[in-house]
Amino acid sequence: MIKVRELSFKVGEKKLLDGLSFDAHPGELLAILGANGAGKSTLMKLLCREMRPSSGTITINDKALMDYRLEDLAKTRAVLSQHNTLSVSFQVSELVLMGRYPHFKQKPTEEDFRIVREAMEETGITHLASRDYNTLSGGEQQRVQLARVIAQIYDSPNACLFLDEPTNGLDLLYQQQIMELARKLADRGYCVVCILHDINFASRFADRIMMLKQGKKVAEGLPIEVINCENIHETFSIKVKLMACEGYNCPLVVPATILK
Amino acid sequence: MIKKTGYILLSLAIVLILTMVISSCVGAVPISFSELMSIIAYHTGLSGQQHFESQQAAVFLNLRLPRVVLGVLIGAALGISGAAIQGLFRNPLAEPGLIGISSGATLFAVVMIVLETKIFKELTGVLGFYALSIAAFIGAGLTTMVVYRIAMRNGKTIITTLLLGGIAINAMAGAFTGLLTYMATDAQLRNITFWSLGSLGGASWPTVSALLPFVLIPVIGLPFLAKSLNALALGEAQAMHMGVNVKVVKILVIGLATMAVGASVAVAGMIAFIGLIIPHILRMMFTADHRLVIPGSALLGAALLTLADLIARTVVAPAELPIGILTAMIGAPVFIYIIISERNKSNP
Repeated sequence: MIKVRELSFKVGEKKLLDGLSFDAHPGELLAILGANGAGKSTLMKLLCREMRPSSGTITINDKALMDYRLEDLAKTRAVLSQHNTLSVSFQVSELVLMGRYPHFKQKPTEEDFRIVREAMEETGITHLASRDYNTLSGGEQQRVQLARVIAQIYDSPNACLFLDEPTNGLDLLYQQQIMELARKLADRGYCVVCILHDINFASRFADRIMMLKQGKKVAEGLPIEVINCENIHETFSIKVKLMACEGYNCPLVVPATILK
Repeated sequence: MIKKTGYILLSLAIVLILTMVISSCVGAVPISFSELMSIIAYHTGLSGQQHFESQQAAVFLNLRLPRVVLGVLIGAALGISGAAIQGLFRNPLAEPGLIGISSGATLFAVVMIVLETKIFKELTGVLGFYALSIAAFIGAGLTTMVVYRIAMRNGKTIITTLLLGGIAINAMAGAFTGLLTYMATDAQLRNITFWSLGSLGGASWPTVSALLPFVLIPVIGLPFLAKSLNALALGEAQAMHMGVNVKVVKILVIGLATMAVGASVAVAGMIAFIGLIIPHILRMMFTADHRLVIPGSALLGAALLTLADLIARTVVAPAELPIGILTAMIGAPVFIYIIISERNKSNP
């Protein structure tokens, strides 16, 4: 459970986040949408404790973020960042084992190895276990990183998972796989917060959506409540059309024809 | 994986012991293996019989053994600090010599010697043999911090900046060292030349004991940071997400690595490329996992430097080749190879 209250972050006079408040609950996938520069990445960095907020509070499981010891925080939340380049190459299984680092001192236990195996199975990368990470395709690399992140909180049922544009640069199949995994993790009880660019993906997979503009909340709620032409125009400054789609209760968003 | 790491480290330790034995036996006064064992048994009190000539024992105990031990210590120091610095800078090309850390250490040591400053005299009074090592350690530490500041941006090293910064610092330290040679006396000048080429010729038990703590502390301490260095390979933010206190790890790695580099420069001068090629060989043959590379670099570095010193002191006997020349002759081609393979990796 994440509680964010009156969160602001200033660089000089410029407010990148301006009095943002929201909750994210266990078992829920919260998608964050917004244009470039809306403050999504800033929010993510504050949630991960990469930066300190100028004002406002963040609590995870009723404990202030800043009060956590780094090791304990690592067992409470895992983060999948946008850029994951390795300076030296590791075997896939070694990389996934890194997710267990907060849990053992010098030697991993049998339990750690079991969790690594299960996380790899879950992300469908078992066949890549002995491959060199740097030789994998972008989609495979992302799934390996996700396996590492899952391994980190595998045995912490109340943990949070932060995903920063996890589908960036992937083809449709991989995008789908990653989002299905995120969905599955939320269903298992994790609190998943995910920055996304694709509105349709967000409404398809998320329980709730929050839209940001210039560091402020435009809308927050169930997909069906917030996905409408006004909110999208307000958030992205584009005109869209909504199309009902069979089998989904939330309409699809398509760009409106440009009228000359 | 852990078991495999254990076996690899064990094999490396055996290789190291073999090179130490060979290096102890070969030289102007040859000692056979059985004679060596007899000397050791006699002097440790295991055996009362003397199956060796007393001259052999004297050479072994007073000349060869301290030299072999010095080679082991310096090789271990250079290997392990190279591996740690590469992990910290997130770059397999970072090496204490290339990025200016060794020349910073040299400059401080030379300043101390040539200027014979009052502080240094007082330091020597208090710290004895350790004074020069500490001066070099401070020089190494300061340059590392400068280079780190120059090369890091948003948690990443920019390799061209890092290497160019290294060139600049090497040039600056070289210029000041050169300036000091004009002020140096003949005896001091010989010392300075010895620094720029590197040699284990100054080996004696006092130098060994002066170096020992500066190598032991990093060799024992750095393996405990291996996990954190692995996490750092993913990036500083990612390491923090995994619970690594990046700031503390940075300070510890820089402190321990420069301690090793500084002290070995103070005792043996600039010995290039060991810190670059040893971790690279381990990564290429086995894994990039720092839990192997860090301790493995200490063992393999020690073995390689002992071997290089054996060659340096026998190949042009009775004269002696500065070991820095030898390591550069082996190391530079390997360096070129690494550059080419890195280039091919980025543009296949």
